Amino acid sequence: MENIQSKVGEPLSEELTLVRAAKAGDVQAFEELVKRYDRNVFRIAQHITQNREDAEDVVQDAFLKAYTNLEQFQEQSKFYTWLVRIAVNEALMKLRRRRPERTVYLDEDVQTEDDSMPREVADWSPNPEQQYTQAELRDILSKTIQGLPTGFRAVFVLRDVEGLSTEETAQALELSVPAVKSRLLRARLQLRERLNKYFKRSIDGDSNR
Amino acid sequence: MNCSDFLKELTDYLDGALDERTKAELDEHLAWCHNCFVVCNTTQKTIEIYRDSEVYELPEDLRTRLRSAIMGKCAASKRGKGTGPVKS
Repeated sequence: MENIQSKVGEPLSEELTLVRAAKAGDVQAFEELVKRYDRNVFRIAQHITQNREDAEDVVQDAFLKAYTNLEQFQEQSKFYTWLVRIAVNEALMKLRRRRPERTVYLDEDVQTEDDSMPREVADWSPNPEQQYTQAELRDILSKTIQGLPTGFRAVFVLRDVEGLSTEETAQALELSVPAVKSRLLRARLQLRERLNKYFKRSIDGDSNR
Repeated sequence: MNCSDFLKELTDYLDGALDERTKAELDEHLAWCHNCFVVCNTTQKTIEIYRDSEVYELPEDLRTRLRSAIMGKCAASKRGKGTGPVKS
């Protein structure tokens, strides 16, 4: 997929070369891996924790953990998938610490009210995102995704924003492939439903803004 | 195929992960069902907007600061393990 290539991907061998060098003690090689994936880890962490400071901590903790456990990386998956798994776990730990009253697990099967069939089927303007400034749009998207259960958010972000495959997402989140697919569908439909109010076309054919 | 069947397959349809026959059935449903057509299009658009909008970008100054903290901690962990001195 084109998006995986542009966001995450380098040929596997190049990534592996860096990983092996880092394993052998080459700190610069590890720094290259940090440079390669820090933006991705930050995005994932912020999407899951919904908190900037926590996301910064997660980036540091995840890379440090990857570094100190590099020997345990068996090279059976991509280094990036392994790193994402560490980052997701660190982000969940942050969430649990912040909200101890509500334990967060990725495998809980959350049923939400707007879970089933789409309630509002409204067509959107041709380029709905262009009706807003970039800052407004970020605010809308951030507020909208915050309303999703953590497990849905994590699946959507890994699969649709970061471009991991369904199998890689399942691996990173320790979920089954059918569970990833089911959460992804519900996450996509719920986000679509919630974005309707910002993007739907009004009766005169213009935006609803 | 009804709308409920269509929705069940929507994710695989959007991801291009369906076999030819199922895809053809969904295409046929889309050809006459306006509601599913709209849901399909706006869901696709939802994915694209999130993918392209860079909701949480890492500013360059913060990025540099984080990287330097990470590498500092990595060096310290190496020293802590006693795997040999790290020249600074």
